[in-house]
Amino acid sequence: MADTAVGATTEPEHGSDPSRRDFIHIAAIAAAAGGAATLVWPFIDQMNPSADTRALASTEFDLTKVAEGQQVTIKWRGKPLFVRNRTKAEIAKAVADDSAQMKDPATDASRVKPGKANWLIVGGNCTHLGCVPTFGGGEYGGWFCPCHGSVYDTSGRIRKGPAPLNLVVPEYAFLTDTKVKIG
Amino acid sequence: MSGHSTYQPKTGIERWLDARLPIVRLGYDSFVDYPTPRNLNYWWTFGGILSLCLASQLITGIILVMHYNPSAQGAFASVEHIMRDVNYGWLIRYMHANGASMFFIAVYIHMLRGLYYGSYKAPREVLWLLGCVIYLLMMATAFMGYVLPWGQMSFHGAVVITNLFGALPLVGESITTWLWGGFAVDNPTLNRFFSLHYLLPFMIAGVVILHIWALHVVGQNNPTGVDPKSKADTVPFTPYATVKDGFAMSVFLILFAFFVFYMPNALGHADNYIEANPLVTPSHIVPEWYFLPFYAILRAVPDKLMGVLAMFGAIACLFALPWLDTSKVRSMRYRPTAKIYFVFFLVASCILGVCGAKLPDDPVIPHLTTFQLAGSDLNSFVWLSRVAALYYFAFFLVVLPVLGLVEKTLPVPDSIASPALSADAKKG
Amino acid sequence: MLRKLSVIAAAAGLLVVGAAGPALANGGALPAKEVQWSFDGPFGKFDQAQLQRGFKVYREVCSACHSLKLVSFRNLGDKGGPFYNEKYPNSNDNPWVKAIAKDYEVADIDSETGDAIKRPATSADHFPSPFANEAAARASNGGALPPDMSLLAKAREEGPNHIYSVVTGYVDPPKGLTVPTGGHYNPYFPGDLTSAWHGSKEHVPPGGFIAMAPPLKADLVTFDDGTKATLEQEAKDVSAFLMWAAEPKLEERKQTGFAVLIYLLLLSGLLYASYKTVWRNESH
Repeated sequence: MADTAVGATTEPEHGSDPSRRDFIHIAAIAAAAGGAATLVWPFIDQMNPSADTRALASTEFDLTKVAEGQQVTIKWRGKPLFVRNRTKAEIAKAVADDSAQMKDPATDASRVKPGKANWLIVGGNCTHLGCVPTFGGGEYGGWFCPCHGSVYDTSGRIRKGPAPLNLVVPEYAFLTDTKVKIG
Repeated sequence: MSGHSTYQPKTGIERWLDARLPIVRLGYDSFVDYPTPRNLNYWWTFGGILSLCLASQLITGIILVMHYNPSAQGAFASVEHIMRDVNYGWLIRYMHANGASMFFIAVYIHMLRGLYYGSYKAPREVLWLLGCVIYLLMMATAFMGYVLPWGQMSFHGAVVITNLFGALPLVGESITTWLWGGFAVDNPTLNRFFSLHYLLPFMIAGVVILHIWALHVVGQNNPTGVDPKSKADTVPFTPYATVKDGFAMSVFLILFAFFVFYMPNALGHADNYIEANPLVTPSHIVPEWYFLPFYAILRAVPDKLMGVLAMFGAIACLFALPWLDTSKVRSMRYRPTAKIYFVFFLVASCILGVCGAKLPDDPVIPHLTTFQLAGSDLNSFVWLSRVAALYYFAFFLVVLPVLGLVEKTLPVPDSIASPALSADAKKG
Repeated sequence: MLRKLSVIAAAAGLLVVGAAGPALANGGALPAKEVQWSFDGPFGKFDQAQLQRGFKVYREVCSACHSLKLVSFRNLGDKGGPFYNEKYPNSNDNPWVKAIAKDYEVADIDSETGDAIKRPATSADHFPSPFANEAAARASNGGALPPDMSLLAKAREEGPNHIYSVVTGYVDPPKGLTVPTGGHYNPYFPGDLTSAWHGSKEHVPPGGFIAMAPPLKADLVTFDDGTKATLEQEAKDVSAFLMWAAEPKLEERKQTGFAVLIYLLLLSGLLYASYKTVWRNESH
């Protein structure tokens, strides 16, 4: 690094230089800012679910374990999930109410897979504040949440009480007639 | 030099804030209009580079803590979880590990600059002492940080260093047990090192603020060692020093990126990729490279307690420096004899670093056996480190005090601006 | 002038460090054989076919004793891995990965009875260890512990070169060397043979005793792509696989590094120009 000896100016004009908006200064600052912004992304993304958490994002479930009229609760993505093998009566009741007045209207058919209406898979958390509802309470034959009295029908739709939405139907697909992949 | 503030709040909001908390004024006076000597060379950019390193370590460190498991059981696997599963975890981990090395490269250059140009001399003694405190905190932080991955080197390095305290008479063993939180380095030790490793960098940040404050009270030194005498000698910090610091930081980042992306494990040790095992000692325990000179000094002395005292003494010499050097001339640019001794000091420090990585009884010149002296062959690294350590201490305790009184110095320029006109201005 | 001298002195000092290296890096062993790897250099990449062959060697030979517990089955399908396929960006869906996982059994608890059971692994599981714990591993291997291989290529000074050298380096012990029971002479394995050597003190053989018998020989494994399974080929492939296992992000790291360095060079250029412009009229 040569500290080149240029003739010292007697009146160095410090004032004018910084206020000149040379293109090169803008380019340099813009490049630095761009680099900083690109660097920020990894630091933010690292808080997103890591690969091992994402690996547990889907689960496969064997439906032969659930007899008609029975319900199994499994843990999926850290929360409960209801897998219910509905009876014909339950399905009929749900379909009959398809056009009834409800907070979050939905047909029963839209909440199950075609040809597999007996299988209802819904999240096990009340959409009000997250408590786990129990089956078999309440006047609609479905779930009842003891925390604040929300009542769901046999399709998991909210019929009474403070919850705003139906029990959430997750993304799922039938791999075979007896095996379903959830998530 | 701290003088009158020239900040003029322009908008209403600026005036409102300035009347309540003049922080914009402080920023302006410290980093915009602040008079900086015009002749600073690139050795002066390392202060800014060090701030960049501190910021980088803090940010990457805080992110790593989000994923790290500080238990002896899970630490090693959690670091691998970061490397393999966390999004960009490998990048953040490598930045943090190599960032520590970069931090020390920068701090050593920064300290050597201070040594060469006499930046520790009056009125900058407190500035220098604060710097020594920062250095000490950095070493403690780095040592504890290296233990956290709980590899073989982490564990056994911790064993060796904590055992050093056992050398202290009477209280040694109690202190070691107290440090361990048990009968050996184990989970309690790891947990407290984790807590302190998180704490200390914030203390470093606090001392850095004091360091910059102390700097701004007395003003920067410069390569001539002559105080600025008029406005002709200085330029405003922004944009003159800002842009130079920015350029230097960018070049430094190239070096950093080279390590992170192409040689991420070059400065580390392979044994640290083996999980800690208290029953198996690695064939060769080596601290991280930035500790090697002190490790060499420790092992140069045959007695355990004296070795510990020598090691801490080597650091204590830095603290005493402002009062050891008797020279009236600040910058070694004008002290030709001192310059030579300084170069030897640099060489001795590098030799000590090399010795720290070697087995003490290994021959320096291969296959050559000479005679035994005090239990070791003269052609051994332990003897080489003894000679180099002797020079290290002699430089601080003999050369600098004596040289200032007997040396012939070159004529010091009248002012900063005048060497710019002089044809025989020495560069460096 | 002296500034230049001191810089040269420092550089020379560093060269000494570099050339000398850490003391006895090989612990008395021969320096590792130099192998050309596809992943060497700033633009290095893993050779997917090689990784598949190496995985086969690991699976059929090494996994009997060596665990790979930090690697998950899904990693096999990640970008840069042996079974990555563009059609399955989410490695958990990769059919080869799922098929490989299903062949393994992992320990689990029966959710209904609470009993300890074994179930087929899924892509989310880690590779199960061949032994339940360290004691069991030692008991089955004459007191020696076969190291976990997840990081082996980074846990040895010369990495995959070292693994290749050890595995291909077994030779008959020279006359005058007393080989302990359960040990095998290997000139590339670290150790100090002075006490086991009865020959001249000047010529102590290099290397040490490794508890593992030569693990590989020609045609031990049949490669699906038809590559001739010589000892060297098997050794090379398994070493490459282990390098991938230790550093699955190697390709991503080097590719990102290239982009970052280009950017930093450009940024430095811009900042230098800006610096020169700012200081144009000022003496320095």
